[in-house]
Amino acid sequence: MMTDTEVAPEVGVELKCFHCGQTCEETLWLDDKAFCCYGCKTVYEILNSNNLCQYYDLDKNPGIQLKNKSDETYAYLNEKDIRKKILDFDSDTFAKVNFFVPAIHCVSCIWLLENLHKIEPGILHSEVHFTKKTVSVDFNPQLVKLSTVAQLLASVGYIPKVTLEDQIAEKPKTDRSLVMKLSLAGFCFGNIMLFSFPEYLGIDHSEKELMRIFSWLNLALAIPVFFYSGFDYITSALKSFKQKQINIDVPIAAGLIALFVRSSYDIITATGAGYLDSFTGLVFFLLIGRWFQNKTYESLAFDRDFTAYFPLAVNKLEEGEWKPVVIYKLKRGDQIRIRNMEIIPADSKLLDAFAYIDYSFVTGESKPVKALQGDIVYAGGRLIGTPVTLAVEKQTSQSHLTSLWNNDAFRKIEESKYQKIIDRAARRFTWIVLGIAFITAIYWQITEPSSMWLVLTSVLMVACPCALALAAPFTLGSMLRVLGKKQLYLKNADVIERMATIDAIVFDKTGTITHGDEPNISFTGELHEDDPGRIKLLTSYSTHPLSILITKHLKYTSKEVVQDFKELPGQGIYATIDGKLYKIGSATFTGFRYKINQEASHVFIAIDNDVKGYFVIKTSVRKNMKGMLQRLAGKCTALLSGDNETDKAQMKKLFPASTEMLFNQSPQDKLDYIAALQQQGKKVMMIGDGLNDAGALRQSDVGLAITDDTGVFTPACDGILYGAHITQLPRILRFAKASSFILKTGFAISFFYNAIALSFAVTGHLTPLVAAIIMPISSISVVGFSTLAVKIAASRIKL
Amino acid sequence: MGIITLLITISVTIAIIFLAVFYWNMKNGQYDDTYTPSVRMLFDDKPASASAEKDAAAKPDKNQARA
Repeated sequence: MMTDTEVAPEVGVELKCFHCGQTCEETLWLDDKAFCCYGCKTVYEILNSNNLCQYYDLDKNPGIQLKNKSDETYAYLNEKDIRKKILDFDSDTFAKVNFFVPAIHCVSCIWLLENLHKIEPGILHSEVHFTKKTVSVDFNPQLVKLSTVAQLLASVGYIPKVTLEDQIAEKPKTDRSLVMKLSLAGFCFGNIMLFSFPEYLGIDHSEKELMRIFSWLNLALAIPVFFYSGFDYITSALKSFKQKQINIDVPIAAGLIALFVRSSYDIITATGAGYLDSFTGLVFFLLIGRWFQNKTYESLAFDRDFTAYFPLAVNKLEEGEWKPVVIYKLKRGDQIRIRNMEIIPADSKLLDAFAYIDYSFVTGESKPVKALQGDIVYAGGRLIGTPVTLAVEKQTSQSHLTSLWNNDAFRKIEESKYQKIIDRAARRFTWIVLGIAFITAIYWQITEPSSMWLVLTSVLMVACPCALALAAPFTLGSMLRVLGKKQLYLKNADVIERMATIDAIVFDKTGTITHGDEPNISFTGELHEDDPGRIKLLTSYSTHPLSILITKHLKYTSKEVVQDFKELPGQGIYATIDGKLYKIGSATFTGFRYKINQEASHVFIAIDNDVKGYFVIKTSVRKNMKGMLQRLAGKCTALLSGDNETDKAQMKKLFPASTEMLFNQSPQDKLDYIAALQQQGKKVMMIGDGLNDAGALRQSDVGLAITDDTGVFTPACDGILYGAHITQLPRILRFAKASSFILKTGFAISFFYNAIALSFAVTGHLTPLVAAIIMPISSISVVGFSTLAVKIAASRIKL
Repeated sequence: MGIITLLITISVTIAIIFLAVFYWNMKNGQYDDTYTPSVRMLFDDKPASASAEKDAAAKPDKNQARA
């Protein structure tokens, strides 16, 4: 038995962290359970001591890794101003707050978050909204502070995202009213159908009284459908008249009005049963189409601006004390303190000796910049390393970064830019229908003036392009769903139409072509087996970005004693371990004299002044990028990077020869480049990730944001694509192209039905029964065709 | 004839009541989150283990102390 337990770790069985399921590098043990880091272990301890280990039974390794946790505290939440904004309800003994927690991902999460009251008695009740990824917490402010609640969430791995923007922009509740309209239309449609059956089945004419009752009931049911459910179409048609444009709503509104007025007339004068079943059915189908198209991803945000990235509050020096203050209250000259991994909220001057600032968010440049005392650091930079003190130079709203948001690209109304296919079709359609109606009216006026109005309304009624209007929502709606399964989340269905026309694609480099923070590290040379552990030990003392990368990369550990550790800025580190002198750093520092290529960063290792080898740190490109880029070939227009040219050669190999490569691009440069392409008449798709691409994403016809974790904030864009699926891009584009073919076929089908119905109407044979049959059939066949065709297209393209 | 009128009145009334109930539910946010409740109902409290009993025993003490 003893030998068994001893052997097990040596066999090299990969140990998985009991909490988060990641492979353990340096294993920590507790209660016979392995943990990959202290963060995970602490969470386990918290849960265990509160008897909440059921968390681990519901889902396998449900935890969230806490290695890279920032030491953010939530003290600022207790500030009056912030508290007021964040709390949904506040009184002396009861308060309610809603936190957005992107980490929510499984059943265990729900369970744990709804059992928070077992950990903290001051919490009365908590409830998770899974699709929105929010947790709403009721608590007693006398027993527990708001900051403690947030802290508690963070301590068990569910870091709440608190931004000002979330609090300001409440999501509009239009969705709900659409469902209400839809349900009302459905209800009335069903009942009217029932009451219409006797008419169609040929009720005994001795029961005329009953027929009248049914008709009046139908009319009563149709009134709310006309004035509530279907009224949007009429107002929209009026609006488009005012703008002297014809959109799809114009013929629909004309048809609806014709149907309703004609039916009311028939019923009131007792000349017929009316077409109210067709009318309500039409509204019902149209609304279903709208509802189907409105697929939304509630936990994703597509219109964030820079404020979403910024912290809500920062510690400011006030009368000798650090107090949290809301960032928009910062003034010139204020002293603020920024901790490791925090974002600098305003352009400021550095008061401490030096600081490493990662501007990758703002500029795309991946290497952290070293700032010295007195240097200006810009808002949006992320501090790496020890806390620093800054003096504010400019307010957040006027900082260097936010000036980008004052560009016109962020002000324009997006929708007017693109003429939708459906509206183009509708325009042609409307003129044809009007022409037919006019000719028919003249013909009947001459031959039989008494029935002219009846025939004219019939023509307008059946001309209502219900099926035409359904083709687009169902085609695009199903596409949205297919793409959603492939983890491309589009803002709305219109994006697909625009995507189909794309003929130029512009890429960002860092985070898009390459993995943002996971460079490829390799070692050249030979090391003794003890050495990697010692190197890691030494690099872990240093805050230099390259040291951090090497520390992350090496998987060995050593617990030996380090003597005489010293870091020489700009050169390297040295120390003595076990009597040997270790030097880690630049070529000159370690005494390396040979030439090496300049494409990547190098870190040299010398032991007792003998160079043993070096680490090569290269940006790692996402898998299978080359094949994907070559397949895009002609469309692949440019690579815009905020980074320096180190990777140029590497990128040249990846991209087709015709691709333009521009480095050191500022966010404004990127935006301008896209605008210039558009001037040449190109439809541009921009693919990027960081805030530095925000302008370009917005300016482009389709802006896709790449992310490796949908919990992370993405800049304003038209769609969010998972990094691992970026290789699907050519397929996605082909799929989007297929949409226009499917749409056009759908239109053809609906025209076909309209032609049949029109032939009935023109000849004056359109009875309520004929209308009641043709209208649903045309709608259903178009809907069926669209959804099926999308499925077939998806499986053909292998998406 | 009379009975049909009566039946129709009843059926329409019931249907309208259902519609009203549906609206009421919507307004109360019953359909906002369709996933969480389906999971939530399957959670059950674990049969009290030894430590849970200890906790339970410890709690009244706390309350007394507070009182």
